Amino acid sequence: MKNALLLLCVGGFLFFFSTAFSGEEENYKLNLSEYGFFEGELSELIPADGVFSYEINAPLFSDYAHKARFIYLPEGTAMSYQNERVFDFPVGAAILKTFYYHQDERKADSPKRLMETRVLLHKKEGWIALPYIWNEEQTDAVLEVAGGSEMIKWKNDKGKKQQLEYQVPNMVQCKGCHSYDKQLTPIGPSARQLNMGSQLTELAAKGLVVNLPDANEIPQLAQWEHRETGTVAERARAYLDGNCGHCHNPKGPASTSGMFLTTHFDDPTALGINKAPIAAGRGGGGRAYGIVPGKPDQSILVYRMESEDPGEMMPELGRQLIHDQGVALIREWIEEMR
Amino acid sequence: MKFLYSFLAIICFAFSLHAQKNVEKAIQTQFIMVEDGGTVELEAGTFEMSGSLAMDSKNDIIIKGKGMDKTILTWKGQKTGAEGIKITNGTNITIQDVTLQDSKGDCIKVQETDGISFVNVKVEWTGKPSKKNGAYGFYPVQCKNVLIDKCEAIGASDAGIYVGQSDQIVVRNSRAYQNVAGIEIENSTNADVHNNIAEDNTGGILVFDLPDLMKKNGGNVRVFNNKITGNNLKNFSPPGNMVAIVPPGTGILVLATSDVEIFDNEITNNRTLGTGIASYLYTQIPLKDEEYDAYPKRVYVHDNVYQKDSKRPKLNSDIGKWLFLKFKKDVPDILYDGIPEDGAMGENEQFKLGYEICVKNNGEAVFLNLNAKKGLKYHSKDAGAFDCSLEALEGAKESLVKGKK
Repeated sequence: MKNALLLLCVGGFLFFFSTAFSGEEENYKLNLSEYGFFEGELSELIPADGVFSYEINAPLFSDYAHKARFIYLPEGTAMSYQNERVFDFPVGAAILKTFYYHQDERKADSPKRLMETRVLLHKKEGWIALPYIWNEEQTDAVLEVAGGSEMIKWKNDKGKKQQLEYQVPNMVQCKGCHSYDKQLTPIGPSARQLNMGSQLTELAAKGLVVNLPDANEIPQLAQWEHRETGTVAERARAYLDGNCGHCHNPKGPASTSGMFLTTHFDDPTALGINKAPIAAGRGGGGRAYGIVPGKPDQSILVYRMESEDPGEMMPELGRQLIHDQGVALIREWIEEMR
Repeated sequence: MKFLYSFLAIICFAFSLHAQKNVEKAIQTQFIMVEDGGTVELEAGTFEMSGSLAMDSKNDIIIKGKGMDKTILTWKGQKTGAEGIKITNGTNITIQDVTLQDSKGDCIKVQETDGISFVNVKVEWTGKPSKKNGAYGFYPVQCKNVLIDKCEAIGASDAGIYVGQSDQIVVRNSRAYQNVAGIEIENSTNADVHNNIAEDNTGGILVFDLPDLMKKNGGNVRVFNNKITGNNLKNFSPPGNMVAIVPPGTGILVLATSDVEIFDNEITNNRTLGTGIASYLYTQIPLKDEEYDAYPKRVYVHDNVYQKDSKRPKLNSDIGKWLFLKFKKDVPDILYDGIPEDGAMGENEQFKLGYEICVKNNGEAVFLNLNAKKGLKYHSKDAGAFDCSLEALEGAKESLVKGKK
């Protein structure tokens, strides 16, 4: 009996050590610091030469995490403008997104807790996605191909305590969203997302983006939380574009659903208006259609945004909390729909 | 000595909690790192998964457990992910000898993959059938060359075995029970469903075409040599889903799919609707998709055995109630909704060439045309227009499906 227990324990420990991921891939680094994307204290995220920060109009909601976005372009290269799709990037480019929380959202100088940095590297063969998880000391972030989870506590903008087991997706799950025509692809740096203030013209002036057309020909998403940037419908569509459109398009992973939510679609059925669900399962919440005009409480879209159950909620990944402000906007949009 | 035992036991317990997490991480890491042509071996035992396992863009991979009910992955405490396992953009993937349990959403979704085989795999939601169970058990979608062989599916709140928007499909030697739909082929082409047992579901086998999808219309679907029995389970699908329309007591239901051959099946004790053939219009859901064909055509139901112990239909559906009012305990076996496409009927109310619904050699089975287009009151047992035969379909090219690995 004693021997059996001992064997079990020893076997278990051996198994544990043998399964810990080790070994270096030539393609990428095990630690974020090794790339040299930042200078000084790594956690300060001060861009090194060739790296610049950028903003987008309609970001994806990720459990209220803040995001710091950077692009690295090899010297002498530039992004090439695309009207509809993300910009073309030169081989060697990288896109970095760091997720973090402020300890107290009410204070601008409140300490930050960095959670993860996702790195998209543009190789000759295409893009690869790598999740790096920040250590407790916040000195570096380490590659975790299988993802991970970490408890995080913070106070929200109303001072209310929030707590979450933050989930870092694994390498394959990255492609769950970052996929177009079965290929891994960036999502954010498109004309409509980057067309914000003078951002694009400044990038063009520095030679970092080429083939920029006249300003009036560049599409633009509204900023959903800023009323002055668009009508309710424009802001709602921008929100859906940023939060759903990366999957819900004819070449994305949610093409199975027949529901297409980028701003390029105006067909009411593609938007889900009076459209019966295909494979929503209990995610349909017992409601008949994706969107029932005037009736947010009868619309599956709202049900899935208001669910916290992994088998029901949308987006499928990267969200555990309900985005109250986003839901309110979509409700307002459906409410006023006739 | 006793103290030492308890001490060891506590350490082992604490360790096993930690180990569960590490097993999950180890499997997920293998799913990511396995080289093309490689095998992911799963040990015997029950392993708890907290999130989806994902595999993308792999070729010639075998994922292999130690046997159905010997290697068990359970998602009972799942925290993230819309499915148990998700496999995308692969070629020639085989999953075998494993049991997968209690995922929060769909159990195993395979998308955009050419060559996907499930062999000796059980997918189940444990406990009583519940609308809280995930929608699909086996869920290949937008795939080519799909094989589901010697598998079991239990407790899905939509379909236990579901193949959607796919091409070249064989589902055989499998068993589906206590699902809303046992086996469902949807918007798919070139499929053979044979030698399966569909028992104690709401509906045994469904062949559906739905509008507003990328792959518009399915067809060339054969359903043969199956035992489809006692599918009288209450429909526990969350309302709003298409399968919520399936009346309890359904053996086989064909919805809007053309070129379907149903033969040599044993269709017994399905109390409402042994076999139904209906247009999408019968659902009364508004239809806007102009490229979609809402009418079943060239459907051939022949040489099946129909039998019922209790002849009273299940009453928990509109059609069940209507059948009971009209026929009491002597409900017909094969129903046609009677909503043909405009121009489908020629002179003397016969189907024109290419529009036929044929029902032949089904023993004592009683046929009923609901005549829903004209009005249910014109329902009729006159099978004259349906007394025809069609050329045998070819179904799936089994060489294609089997030839893969």
